[in-house]
Amino acid sequence: MERETAKIDEFIARYGLHQGALIQVLQDIQGEFHYLPREALEYVSEKLGTPLAVAYNVATFYNVFSLQPKGQNHICVCMGTACHVRGAQSILDKFRRELKIEVGETTDDLKYSLDKVACVGACALGPIVVENVTYHAHMKLDKVGKLLKRGGRK
Amino acid sequence: MASFDDLVKRRGEIAAGRAPNRATLVLGDGTCGRASGSSEVRAALSEAISSLDTEKRLAFRTTGCHGFCQIEPNVQVLPDETLYVHVKPENAQSIVEAALSGKVLKNLTYKDGQKKSCAKITDVPFYKRQMRLLSGLNVYVDPLRIEDYIAIDGYQALAKALFTMTPDFVVEEVIKANLRGRGGGGFPAGWKWDSVRKAEGEPKYVVCNADEGDPGAYMDRSLLEGNPHLVIEGMLIGAFAIGSHEGYVYVRNEYPLAVQNLIVALDQAREHGLLGKNILGSGFDFDIRINRGGGAFVCGESSALMQSIEGRPGEPIPKYVHMSERGLYNKPTNLNNVETWANVPFIVNRGADWYRTIGTEGSKGTKIFSLVGNINNTGQVEVPMGISLREIVEGIGGGIPNRRKFKAVQTGGPSGGCLPADCLDVPVDFDQLTKLGSMMGSGGMIVMDEDSCMVDVARYFTNFLVEESCGKCVPCREGVMQLRDILNDITQGRGREGDVELMEDLSKVVIDCSLCALGQSAPNPLLTTIRYFRDEYVAHIHDKKCPARRCTALISFRIDAENCTGCALCKKQCPTVAIAGEKKKTHVIDPEKCIRCGACFEVCKFDAVIKE
Repeated sequence: MERETAKIDEFIARYGLHQGALIQVLQDIQGEFHYLPREALEYVSEKLGTPLAVAYNVATFYNVFSLQPKGQNHICVCMGTACHVRGAQSILDKFRRELKIEVGETTDDLKYSLDKVACVGACALGPIVVENVTYHAHMKLDKVGKLLKRGGRK
Repeated sequence: MASFDDLVKRRGEIAAGRAPNRATLVLGDGTCGRASGSSEVRAALSEAISSLDTEKRLAFRTTGCHGFCQIEPNVQVLPDETLYVHVKPENAQSIVEAALSGKVLKNLTYKDGQKKSCAKITDVPFYKRQMRLLSGLNVYVDPLRIEDYIAIDGYQALAKALFTMTPDFVVEEVIKANLRGRGGGGFPAGWKWDSVRKAEGEPKYVVCNADEGDPGAYMDRSLLEGNPHLVIEGMLIGAFAIGSHEGYVYVRNEYPLAVQNLIVALDQAREHGLLGKNILGSGFDFDIRINRGGGAFVCGESSALMQSIEGRPGEPIPKYVHMSERGLYNKPTNLNNVETWANVPFIVNRGADWYRTIGTEGSKGTKIFSLVGNINNTGQVEVPMGISLREIVEGIGGGIPNRRKFKAVQTGGPSGGCLPADCLDVPVDFDQLTKLGSMMGSGGMIVMDEDSCMVDVARYFTNFLVEESCGKCVPCREGVMQLRDILNDITQGRGREGDVELMEDLSKVVIDCSLCALGQSAPNPLLTTIRYFRDEYVAHIHDKKCPARRCTALISFRIDAENCTGCALCKKQCPTVAIAGEKKKTHVIDPEKCIRCGACFEVCKFDAVIKE
């Protein structure tokens, strides 16, 4: 935890000691650890002088935050309108079937997490799937298996 | 830079440092470009250029999106305006050689609908009918180099405002230009500025709303990612006019490249004396902070956005008091969206009279749309207000692919509506779209072909809003959910007579009683689909049929024995082992096992899988 608190102190230093910094600091923690550990939430709320309930409220309100650890590979299917009219739902369903998890869940071996996003803003190239930081354009059902295979699964 | 003269001098130095006749290669390297592989092309082009002799070297620029996302990765050769499309890394060497010798590589140019090669960007139908006032600058600017922006007269408008205008005059000019908010509401920006300027209380805040959450719209990303200084300059001018010294950009976390480029741009502006204390020696102080959003659509609503900047859940508050009087931290606050701010430097530079020559009586200037969905030319389109929807869909968009028919265009995101073919000749501006039951919104334009089910589209948007409702007020939290549940029933074959009328009644309550614009406009997509496509609701409810064959509960798949070659491709893709058949013999789908995922339909190369 010591190493973690040092890192969190670094994040707090970027934004200052006030409640307005809360979401920004939590974003950085989420980016670093891929979820918000309970201890981190407690530490941040104490440091910023914000009640833990408010920090929890923020952490559960915004889609970007997760209170559960995420898998090594984060699959995020864009469900924007442009992707929807080009069949994003069946792409998402295929990921659910292949990974045997629901949206928001992580596989038991912690290899994959599956999420959906409202829109990633690359609408001309839909359907889009974001795998960690890589954007996969023009997704098709038969590309889903290939993508997962490359990620070391199956 | 500590004065107006320094800015002029700097621009001169930048121009002098550039060989005027040297060809420049410009690679579109925004998020959409990278999704299509522009990073690999960038590496290959850099290598090909650096292998040349120093004096022969071409100039090379990586920029944000060039608008025509469909053809990415794309490279433009300036000043000839040659356009190369779908460029691959292995094309880099030949592009460099052709640019050096002034030749054109015909095989890499764009082919129009008649397969005619369009060598120059000005020949491409997608670009021909546009007026790329704001977005056209992307080609000239590497977002990570402030020099590029200064070279195209960047920050001139700021200097003009600071040294030759009074704040009152700037406000008057924006009022006279009739700049209306591009975020969706269409409220006159100048009036808003004026009320914040006159409001009691210090400090005053200026906020840029870059929380473009409308699914299917991405013009803010493209502007912020490709030309962040244009937005910063707009905010600076606004702050000067209003008397603000602190600004915020609230930007979506889902746009990592926009955030990254904005951070660099703000740092460079500070280093150049364009942000911070005593800007250009004028005595005016202003600085900008970035707040990243947390993936909540409702934060695009102004009061929710400000709650979020203050570190709270983004729940809207009732607007008894205007934001212009008590907004962020209860102080007078002026909030405009990315595109609105980006218009400001043009108005100051060229004057309100010039700006008023573009557009319609009630809507001035250009508007950027993201033209996406079932359309041939997808991308970002900038047109003068008043152009017809047909001109956009058919002229610029090149119509519908795969010989399908046009069915509807959805404008304005979840707050807007779906317009049928009858509405295509209407001139597009704020007021006309509202009259038709839709709206401008942030500018998403999603084209749908005959295979789109309008009941499913209404269900999609309503479901989206159920997930994005903050849950604070009952009409939105409960009402929209009930609408979604009824729509779910209809699309799954459980629709009952009277459902449409029930939804119309419920929609009235949701519109009248919701706290913020999210709820107030939530029934719009539903109501416009009822208004223009009522027969589809009847087909679903009465006949238990989905005319577009989209709603999985109402369709079935079978294999046509005549066309089936027994290639077994469908069998391989079927997730539930519902398809049986020996190789080279006709296959059969077991309807009991079939989950109607459509995988077999998608992979079949012989049109043997029939959807009914």
